[in-house]
Amino acid sequence: MIDQRKNTVISIVILLPSILLVGIFVYGFIGNTIVVSLTDWGHALGGLSLHPQKNFVGLQNYRDLFTNFIHGRFRQDLINAVFYSIILMAGALSLGFFFAVLLDRKVRGEGFFRTLFLYPMALSFIVTGTIWRWLFAPSGGFNIIPTFFGGEPVDFLWISSRKRVLSFNWQNLPQIFFTAAAIFFTVVILQQLITRSDKHRLRNLIIWGVSVLYVVVLHRLLPPILPVEELHGYNLATLGISIASVWQYAGYTMALYLAGLRALPESLKESAQLDGAGEFLFYWKIAIPNLKPITLSAVIVLAHISLKMFDLIYAMAGADNANTGHPSINMYLTTFRANNFAVGAAMAVILFILAAFFIIPYLVNTHREMR
Amino acid sequence: MKHPTARLYINRIILYCVLGLFTVLFLLPVYMTVVTSLKQPADINLATSWSLPNPVFLKSFSTAWKLLGPNLKNSLILSFSATIISAFIGSINGYVFSKNKFKGSDLIFTLILFGMFIPYQIILIPLFQTLKTIGLYGSISGLILAHVVYGIPIVSLLFRNFYDQIPNDILESARLDGAGFFYIFSHIMLPLSVPGFVTVGIWQFTQIWNEFLWGITLTKQSSNPVTVGLSQLAGGQAVSWNLPMAGAIITAFPVILIFIFMGKYFIRGLLSGSVKG
Repeated sequence: MIDQRKNTVISIVILLPSILLVGIFVYGFIGNTIVVSLTDWGHALGGLSLHPQKNFVGLQNYRDLFTNFIHGRFRQDLINAVFYSIILMAGALSLGFFFAVLLDRKVRGEGFFRTLFLYPMALSFIVTGTIWRWLFAPSGGFNIIPTFFGGEPVDFLWISSRKRVLSFNWQNLPQIFFTAAAIFFTVVILQQLITRSDKHRLRNLIIWGVSVLYVVVLHRLLPPILPVEELHGYNLATLGISIASVWQYAGYTMALYLAGLRALPESLKESAQLDGAGEFLFYWKIAIPNLKPITLSAVIVLAHISLKMFDLIYAMAGADNANTGHPSINMYLTTFRANNFAVGAAMAVILFILAAFFIIPYLVNTHREMR
Repeated sequence: MKHPTARLYINRIILYCVLGLFTVLFLLPVYMTVVTSLKQPADINLATSWSLPNPVFLKSFSTAWKLLGPNLKNSLILSFSATIISAFIGSINGYVFSKNKFKGSDLIFTLILFGMFIPYQIILIPLFQTLKTIGLYGSISGLILAHVVYGIPIVSLLFRNFYDQIPNDILESARLDGAGFFYIFSHIMLPLSVPGFVTVGIWQFTQIWNEFLWGITLTKQSSNPVTVGLSQLAGGQAVSWNLPMAGAIITAFPVILIFIFMGKYFIRGLLSGSVKG
């Protein structure tokens, strides 16, 4: 038993440097960035001076980012980030699963296909971004492929299109949000009434009530969040970058799913066969539910990658292209080109909060499973 | 009703057709890169971008090599040093987290793991300030420090998962023989760790080699890694595309080499880094 205690002491001493480094460089730095985001460091000139002016301004930077007209680009960046993430996740998960299903049937040359679908992932976004920029050149690359088959060249501008679809007015954002919430919870509550379940009924009723109250009454009483109308939506210029990102990460989800499919117990496959279930039903009813933990961790990693798309956007469209912007690009420009550290920090905190929605539940869950 | 074997046969044909289609899709970028890198600047235009180079022009590679040379050297120093240091930190941390658990060690592990999922923008400003304060801003050492510190979560995770596969019985019998913490680590764990070190080494090396954000925010011209060098080569509007394409091939070369010859370990790192177990 004394030995046990001695081992524990040594273990803690061994871990101490890592704990300290992570404590300072991760947790301490996050705290520091949050503090910086509450100051006016860099609002005036001289952000880079030895003793820059740093006054506490509260949530002013955040209010500006969401409501001040000079930060309109940041708001579009946020919308872009949502679309970049959704397309990357949906595309990489479905294409990767499709590849895994194809390769899971004793394909000849499986090793070759696995390597082929996975190699893009080993490359830097800067390398692939440089290549895809050339592939999506306006009147070359992919756009002229149809001419080889006697067709017309495509004239879509994959990275530089100025078109925008699904436009909405940023002033209406709270209404859109609360209307969606009201509709969602109406359905939930109706469903509960039908099935007579009481799960979180009070909570759901409260959220429903608040949403309806906001949509019907409150938004008329509150001042508009923006003084003028401001349109945002899905920028078609982001499509090329999204395609490149799916191409690069489909192989990753394929590798995860393939390992998962192989690890499914043989008895599951056999019982499905005995029941006469078709292959499609097997994947839909048995494989996908059983692979849920894999899907979850893939979502976490892809969410992280989609926030790292800084590199890909930088290489494909450049940092200054407003149509393809991303909060991480804007953070870089604001902090390191304009030296406006406080606003840059606020952008970083917003990105971090978005990421935390994914990370924290995942880590809490992982930790519970460890015990 | 068709004969079952005939149906199976048709299914196989469809399967290989679909795979063939995707093979083409995944190889088109490679084809484009290679042919463009081998063309003379004057021969490159959008309308003929898919055609083969005629004549083959190799000079872009030597030019790109010359331009990226200093960056390649920086990236090699950076990737090798940071990988070696973080592999050792990872192995000893993983040993503790897997084989010397104590009350709270799982919690510490989870808290360390958190550092691997954050968007690095959230630590960029203090990191920049700290490196400036301690005089490492703009140097390769500063970049090595960043990669080692923020690599701690992933290397600890990879090694913990690797050591979890080593049965505890071996350690127990050594402990009964009176072997201590360090003796077990150096005489039992380390000799068994070669695949673990290869996996972690390959994973970290490619990640660090490919990294861009810190490269562009924390270095100066003289210490730029190769990703930054390539982005400058490809930047600007009036580039002739042979040069960035040759640069892309040179930049990708070490990683592709690793991937082709040690793909097994790369995939092992990828799986064990994302599926807990």
